[in-house]
Amino acid sequence: MTPAAPTPGSPAAPLNVEALRKDFPLLQRTVHGRPIVYLDSAASALQPAAVIGAMTDYYESTHANVHRGVYATAEEATALYERARVAAGRFIGAPDPAHEVVFTKNTTEALNLVAHSWGRANLRAGDAVLLTEMEHHANIVPWMLLSEELGGLELRYIPIDGDGRLALDDLDRLLDGVKVVGVSTMSNVLGTINPVRRIADAAHRAGAVVVADGAQLVPHVPVSVTDLGAYFLAFSGHKTMGPTGIGVLWARAELLEDMGPFLGGGGMILDVKLDSFRPAPPPARFEAGTPPIAEAVGLTAAVGYLGDIGMERIRAHELALTNHALARLGEKFGPDLQVFGPPGGEDRGGVISFAYRDVHAHDLAQVLDQFGVCVRPGHHCAKPLMRRLGVQATARASFSLFSDEHDVEVLIEGLVEAGSLFG
Amino acid sequence: MADLEELYREIILDHYRSPRNRGELPSPPAHRVEGFNPLCGDEVVITLIVEDGKLADLKIAGSGCSISQSSASLMSAAVKGKAVEEVRRLISTFKGMMSIHEASLDHDGDRTAATGGADVVEGEPEQIDLEALGELAALQGVVKFPVRIKCATLSWNTLAQGLDEVAAEAS
Repeated sequence: MTPAAPTPGSPAAPLNVEALRKDFPLLQRTVHGRPIVYLDSAASALQPAAVIGAMTDYYESTHANVHRGVYATAEEATALYERARVAAGRFIGAPDPAHEVVFTKNTTEALNLVAHSWGRANLRAGDAVLLTEMEHHANIVPWMLLSEELGGLELRYIPIDGDGRLALDDLDRLLDGVKVVGVSTMSNVLGTINPVRRIADAAHRAGAVVVADGAQLVPHVPVSVTDLGAYFLAFSGHKTMGPTGIGVLWARAELLEDMGPFLGGGGMILDVKLDSFRPAPPPARFEAGTPPIAEAVGLTAAVGYLGDIGMERIRAHELALTNHALARLGEKFGPDLQVFGPPGGEDRGGVISFAYRDVHAHDLAQVLDQFGVCVRPGHHCAKPLMRRLGVQATARASFSLFSDEHDVEVLIEGLVEAGSLFG
Repeated sequence: MADLEELYREIILDHYRSPRNRGELPSPPAHRVEGFNPLCGDEVVITLIVEDGKLADLKIAGSGCSISQSSASLMSAAVKGKAVEEVRRLISTFKGMMSIHEASLDHDGDRTAATGGADVVEGEPEQIDLEALGELAALQGVVKFPVRIKCATLSWNTLAQGLDEVAAEAS
């Protein structure tokens, strides 16, 4: 057999970034007279026209409240909403998406839901919760709130090593007596892709449940919940090229069955009397009130868009670009530019946090803005990690399927200007 | 880059590189007050001594961006040794300059929607006496960058809080 050239759409075919960029209306605009260079997808992704169009179509042709009306558009809206549940679940390899996917507002709300509904039913004062030093506040503070409510949980943290990876040597000892492990699948600061499977296997041996924050990984790397091993996985619509206002909580169905409601109201009940109520079965039990219907339609379009391109190809593109950017920054700035997180490789996503000389991240980002470059300065909602790294803030550039080597060059151009201004 | 040059005036960069009244006074006797900007993590620590109705001495510690640090440095130079009432007037004048007035943004209307949580003042802008502000007027370029206003006002709000605390202790 002769090896064939990769066909478009096959896992080996490189992305045609130039063509893909045309899918994103926002990339057509200029900022301060320069083409926008969007390097903040870790904060929020841009939306392809297919997503925006799907939501507009929905509002123009179909909109009605779901799960209530019997007229045609209400039936159609309900079908679209439930179809989104299946699409979102399939995107992460959920075995039974119709029963395992709960729509929330965002990743943060999904993680709060777990702490609130699973935590209240399964944790008692004195129980131990194991988190990591690189967690986003969204996977720390909900457990602290629960701790206050239950009269004290013991919060433990998996430390990070000098390369920004989790130090797992002591994992079994840390897991001793732990009921739940909260772990980021990929750090929003360091870009580290964590070995969630290894942690989940150890956690299960110790009798603990794993709650995975998938906000950064799911949009950029092929994810299968059965391979991941966690029993909960949360991610956000807007980081997955969908709209804001919708998040996804995937959970094993039997866990959802045993959890109490989150918010109370319409949609989450079977029956209400003057003195009591009976909750609906999952997933409705956790979706009080009118849900984000148009956003669910947009999310269906978003995961469809990503799926059509192919998550393997997206990951290959972003990995190659991350390695390229790390090499270029190192070559251009040497020790003047410090990158936080592991060196380029399979366990690194397209998130590059850095410090440049002693220029504060806010000043860097302000200068970069003049070049049309969108990066994020600050603590990235990970203050414990910032303290661990010994910095107050970093500047963070993050990649998407539409990012390319030219974007990296404009970033470098802006950093050179910042260097001369604050030099 | 005209906007950038307006933001990062030479005097601002000078105070950022060589901050005045840097450090901490022993506390006690000095009063110590901390300020945080939770959005960006900037921190400021002011230690101050009020004697005979005057802000006899103050030092500023903490860390942050060029705007927050230079604003703190410029402030320290402007208020040290002044009567507390005069310091309060200066705080008020400075914060007035840092408030976003619709009228002052007419030339750049697209920024009016993006106030970034800054202090938005309704109605006509009061006359800001830029002359009274002296070197501090160099910071007025910050107003064109709404999300940075909180950087510029952090040390001023913290000083106001410190003066309030000293007054409360004395009463």
